[in-house]
Parts: sequence; C-alpha cells; structure tokens
Amino acid sequence: MYTFSNKLRIGSFIAMALGLIFLVIGFVSAPSTVEEAKAMVAVHGESHDGGHAEEATAEHVEEQGHGAEAAHGEEHDSSHDTHLLHQLQNRPWSALYVAAFFFFMIALGVLAFYAIQRAAQAGWSPLLFRVMEGITGYLAPGGIIVFVILVLSVMHMNHMFVWMDPEVVAHDELLQGKAGYLNPVFFLVRAAIFLGGWIFYRQLSRKLSLAQDESNDNSNFVKNFRWSAGFLVFYLVTESMMSWDWIMSVDPHWFSTLFGWYVFASMFVSGITVIAMVTVYLKSKGYLEDVNDSHIHDLAKFMFGISIFWTYLWFAQFMLIWYADIPEEVTYYVARIADYKLPFFGMLALNFIFPLLVLMNSDYKRVNWFVIMTGIVILFGHYLDIFNMIMPATVGDQWFIGVPEIGGILFFGGLFVFTVFTTLTKAPLQPKRNPFIGESKHFHY
Amino acid sequence: MASKVIQALYDDDDVLMHAVKKVRAEHHHIEEVYTPFPVHGLDKAMGLAGTRIAITSFLYGCLGLTVAVVMMNFIMIKDWPQDIGGKPSFSYLENMPAFVPIMFELTVFFAAHLMVITFYLRSRMWPFKKAENPDVRTTDDHFLMEIGVHDNEKELAALLMETGAIEVKVTEKES
Repeated sequence: MYTFSNKLRIGSFIAMALGLIFLVIGFVSAPSTVEEAKAMVAVHGESHDGGHAEEATAEHVEEQGHGAEAAHGEEHDSSHDTHLLHQLQNRPWSALYVAAFFFFMIALGVLAFYAIQRAAQAGWSPLLFRVMEGITGYLAPGGIIVFVILVLSVMHMNHMFVWMDPEVVAHDELLQGKAGYLNPVFFLVRAAIFLGGWIFYRQLSRKLSLAQDESNDNSNFVKNFRWSAGFLVFYLVTESMMSWDWIMSVDPHWFSTLFGWYVFASMFVSGITVIAMVTVYLKSKGYLEDVNDSHIHDLAKFMFGISIFWTYLWFAQFMLIWYADIPEEVTYYVARIADYKLPFFGMLALNFIFPLLVLMNSDYKRVNWFVIMTGIVILFGHYLDIFNMIMPATVGDQWFIGVPEIGGILFFGGLFVFTVFTTLTKAPLQPKRNPFIGESKHFHY
Repeated sequence: MASKVIQALYDDDDVLMHAVKKVRAEHHHIEEVYTPFPVHGLDKAMGLAGTRIAITSFLYGCLGLTVAVVMMNFIMIKDWPQDIGGKPSFSYLENMPAFVPIMFELTVFFAAHLMVITFYLRSRMWPFKKAENPDVRTTDDHFLMEIGVHDNEKELAALLMETGAIEVKVTEKES
C-alpha cells in the first residue's frame, strides 16, 4: 500500500492555496466598466505601441466571432470599447477554464489509454493499471468543476461562449442556423451525458479491477474487457463532440472536421506523459518494484509517437486551411499568428521538435530523470495548446501568462496531485490476480 | 586460410540460449550462431555489440530532408517560380507548408531505403552471393553454434554435448 508522503500533500495544499489567491486577484482586478477597461489598456498601451496595425486586423477577426457587435462604422468606437471590456472580463474566466480543462483532459486521456490496454488485453501494462486508475480518480472532481464552469457560462457569468448570448444570436444568421445544436440547454444535456458516461465507466472499471484481486476466477477481468471495448466506442464519439462543444464553439463561426482528433491527440499524449511521470516518481520512492526500465521505455515510446501524431494532426488542420485560404476558415490562424506568435509557434517547438530530438534515442527513453524532464516540457507545451485554442476567441490580443493563468495552473495542479495520490493510497499498487500480471513482470524489451 | 571450427546443432531455441550462456561462461569464443528465425535476447547472450544502424538512419533522414528542401526550392521557386495556393510570394519560407509532406516523405524514404542497403552491405549480403550457411537444416528448424577450435576439440565437444546439442562435428572452414 502506498502512503501519501507528507511533503507532497503539503506541497499540493500550498499550490492550491496560492492558486486560489492568484485566481481571486485575477477576478478582482478584472475591470467592471468600459472606463476601467480603457484605462487598463492605456497603461499597457505604451509598452506595446506600434502593434496597433496587428490589433486592428485581429479586431476584425474577433468582430466576426462576436457577430452582433459587428456594428462597423460610426458606432465602431463604442463597440470596440465594450468588446475590450468583455475581453478583459473574460481573462480570469478563460485562465480558470483552460487550467480546469487541461487537468481534466489528462485524466480523460489516461482513461482512454487504460481502456485501450484493457480492450487489447495488453500483457505489458497490468503493473501500471493502479497508477492509471489513480490518475483517473481526478476524472469525477475535475469533470464536475468543468461542468460547473460551463453552467456558469450558460448563466452569463462570462462571455467566453458568445453563442450563448441571445442578443448575439439575434443578429447572426450563422448562429441562428446552428441554434438547433448550439443552444444552452442541449449543450448542458450533452455535457452531462458525456461526463456521466465517462465517470460511470471509470467507477465501474475500477470496481471490477479491485474485485478481480479478491476473486477466484477471471469473470471480473472478462467483464472489464467487455466494458472497456464498449467504452472506447462511446468515448470516440463523445470525445469528438465534447471538443466541438467545449472548445471549438468559442469560435462559433469556425469549424474544423478533424478537431476532435486533434484534441484527442493532445489529451492522449498528456495523459501518457503523466502516467510515466507518476510511475517514475513512485519507483523513486521504492514502490512498484516490479516495474522495470522496459515499462518506462514503452511509455516514453508512446510519448514520442503520440507527440508526432499530435503534430501530424496539427499540421493537417493547418495546411489545408492555409492552402485553401478561405476567409471564414483562415481567420482562425490569422488571429493566432497575428497576436499569439510566441505561444503558437513556441508550442510547436515544445510539442514536436523537443520530444522528437530528445526521445529519439532508444537509450534515453530508459533514463528516468530524462523522461521526467521531457514530460514537464510536453505538459507545458500542451497547456499552451489548450491556451491557444481558447484564448484568441475569448480575450483576443489581451492575453498574457500572468497571475490568473499561473493561479489556474497552481490550483488545478495542486488539486490534481492531491486527488491522484489520495486515490493511489486506496488500493495496493500491484494488482494481485490479473491474468497477465506474470507477463507484465517479465516484460523486457 | 582455412580454420578449424566445431559446429553444434540444437533443435530448440531455449536449449540454444542456455548453451550460449554456458559456453560463454567457460570463456570460449562463439564465432557465429545460425538460426531459422530471430531469437529474442540472443544478441545479448552472445555479447554482441549494440547496433549502430540507428545512427546511420538518423543521418540518412537528415540527408533526405536536405534533398527535399533543395529540390523543392529549385523546382518550385528558382527554376520555374510557381504561384502556390493563390499566394504568389515566390519565397521558399512562405510556401513552406506546401512542401512539408514532401520533406516528410523524402526523410522517410531516404532513411528506410539507405538503412536497408547499409544493413545488407554490412552483413556482407549482395546479389548472387553464395550462402554462408553451413547446414541447410538451420533454414528449417535447427540452430547451429559455431566455435573456433584451438587444439581443444575433445574438451569442446564434451561441453557442447553436455549443453544438449543433438549433433557435434568438426570441419575446416574457408575464410
């Protein structure tokens, strides 16, 4: 049995407390009137003058996203100011949402990886099942937090999802056409179904996994296999729809048909990275003595492979839109390249070039601290990926990785660590009666 | 120069693995092992040095990438400038996304093909080469271990029979 080390527990509490303070500062310092918003930008303005041409083009792009506010001409000035106010008000909300979704996505990615191992009856991984189950322990709390944020958005506490504003929809034919799908009630019903299904599978599979330890036959194992195969079908459909709902709909005019896969690749690689990091951590504390370098090697191979898979999808989406150059599609990238140059291209370096070069060598995949360092870079890169998906639509050029963003990462990171390691203490770290446990112990590359 | 070798035949890969470990523990130098299929872990048991083919693969990949960049730059930008996707910038960098699939394919193509050719040459295999295989049964279901003889025939033969060999013979080998 694993005992939660005090140092880690206190660390996670400190991170949560600090994160909460930062988030509160972020919410309090957001402007509440147009005048305050203009004053804030005026102070900042001096530091980034000269970038106004860029701002203007981005503003146009944003304007399309915000449809109704597209009152060009005489009223442009005042609509611009309200728009600015909304962007600044959105910033703490977006920071909260990006971090909440990022850590939730890790748990969901691990759940998908776990279900694949179960459905494929993989022989190498059963030793890591308890680690994976520990990480998916965050699925329920993390999912509920994301759901609450979505409910608050529907209640107009923020302007992250412009299509939720009936005022906007009334002046926007495209959104009226999508209203059959993109309307607040159906949106929340879908979210509830997705989360309900995922959490149900997670709890059931965990129960069967623990029951298998005490059982005399393999019936629990077989049941788990069947549920996992079924879950994967459900997951592939719902994950894709979730990515349209929770992420793509912040840019409600824009769409990409492979967006679901793209988000999946991001959550999959983040999840596998976290499995590797938690495993290495537990091993360094003397647990999981049967896990050998070959297991770490395999996880690192997945980190390497899925990083390339992510890049493939990122590029497939980018190249088609870049090539066709259709205004309604290309705005998405124009906004990002105009205002998000550093995070947008920086993320490519972190998520593709870095893992490609560092994890290419077979020997490095077995060096545990190497896997941890690469993992940290990959996780930061995929945080930026989510950041780039949400922020351009919600805060436009008013982005910065400052107090609310760091607060979000600290708070949800602390909560994640606390939940995951608490779940790990609940059951023995090595499954006892998994029929493949012997194969897993002798696994070597 | 002809050299004297002793050849032991086995009919099971597990027996062979144990035999290899035992022979090495007795400090005899195993010249070669012939097997009908790749035996997992045999290279480690024989103490063979790790392969360097991965390094050549990386270098060939870099070569392929370079060829793709230079080639596309010449074809699409320099020699016959093309308007790609309605964006007549005539700059390699600005049209780079269109060339990424070619860069990727040529990287893989060069790495894969040159790696295979390198592997064949390094293993001394080329068309019409006479097979080095000492016993045809090793292409079916038998495993053969070959050890150099230095006036210790009897001792070696006894050791090999003890490890479970089904047949041991001493032959002259051209090299």
